[in-house]
Amino acid sequence: MKIKAVVQNNAVAVKMLIPHPMETGRRKEQNGTLVPHHFITEVTATWKGETVFHAELGPGVSKDPYLSFQFTGAKAGEMLKVSWVDNKGGAETAEEAITAM
Amino acid sequence: MGISRRDFCKTIAGSAASLAMLAVMPGRLLATWSEKAFAASKLDDAITAKFGSLPIEESSAIMIKAPEIAENGAFVPVTVSTTIPGASSIAIFTPANFSPMVASFDVMPRMKPEVSLRMRMAKTDNLVVIVQAGGKLYRTVREVKVTIGGCGG
Repeated sequence: MKIKAVVQNNAVAVKMLIPHPMETGRRKEQNGTLVPHHFITEVTATWKGETVFHAELGPGVSKDPYLSFQFTGAKAGEMLKVSWVDNKGGAETAEEAITAM
Repeated sequence: MGISRRDFCKTIAGSAASLAMLAVMPGRLLATWSEKAFAASKLDDAITAKFGSLPIEESSAIMIKAPEIAENGAFVPVTVSTTIPGASSIAIFTPANFSPMVASFDVMPRMKPEVSLRMRMAKTDNLVVIVQAGGKLYRTVREVKVTIGGCGG
């Protein structure tokens, strides 16, 4: 996944892009078989062990989810950790340093 | 002095157990995912499954930024924010989708009550945003025209 965390006006603007098929369970292959549900269910961001963002997603979120939010208190150079899990037990965690603008 | 066969087996069994525990971890996270709300096929059922039967008030303190006309319903960029004091949760719904609840965000103490995402819309429909603050729900509705539906099938 790609994470960008930039300090802006006393807040950190976080943007993330998570490569994931986000299958709705309704899409059909060319041969007519349904592609099963496969989507991210939760995304969590933590800074210094504190949860600063928590989202619950459903299959209505677009393929390769893009999410953004802002939080206060962090400085450039500190680390932001982002984790996600999907409905099939898939998971990923990544860390990114917060940067100055 | 070597490790006896029995101890060795015990150690392996122990690690297997810890591995099994680790494998269960994502499942534990999933438990907090609002499965019933996402599974509901009707807007009102989804709202009740997510928030319970709290009173809902129309609000002008929720801002929805979205295109008036979305060319592609597979990628509709939406930004939602609120100025309601004490907002603890922001959820986005679109009734015509097979699963009307699209996403829900907890407003964490350090977080600005504003989120952006890209979402799917099956067809021209309302975006319904519900914000919880205290024991109350606030709602704002905004229509988005969709040229090509984004749910496939």
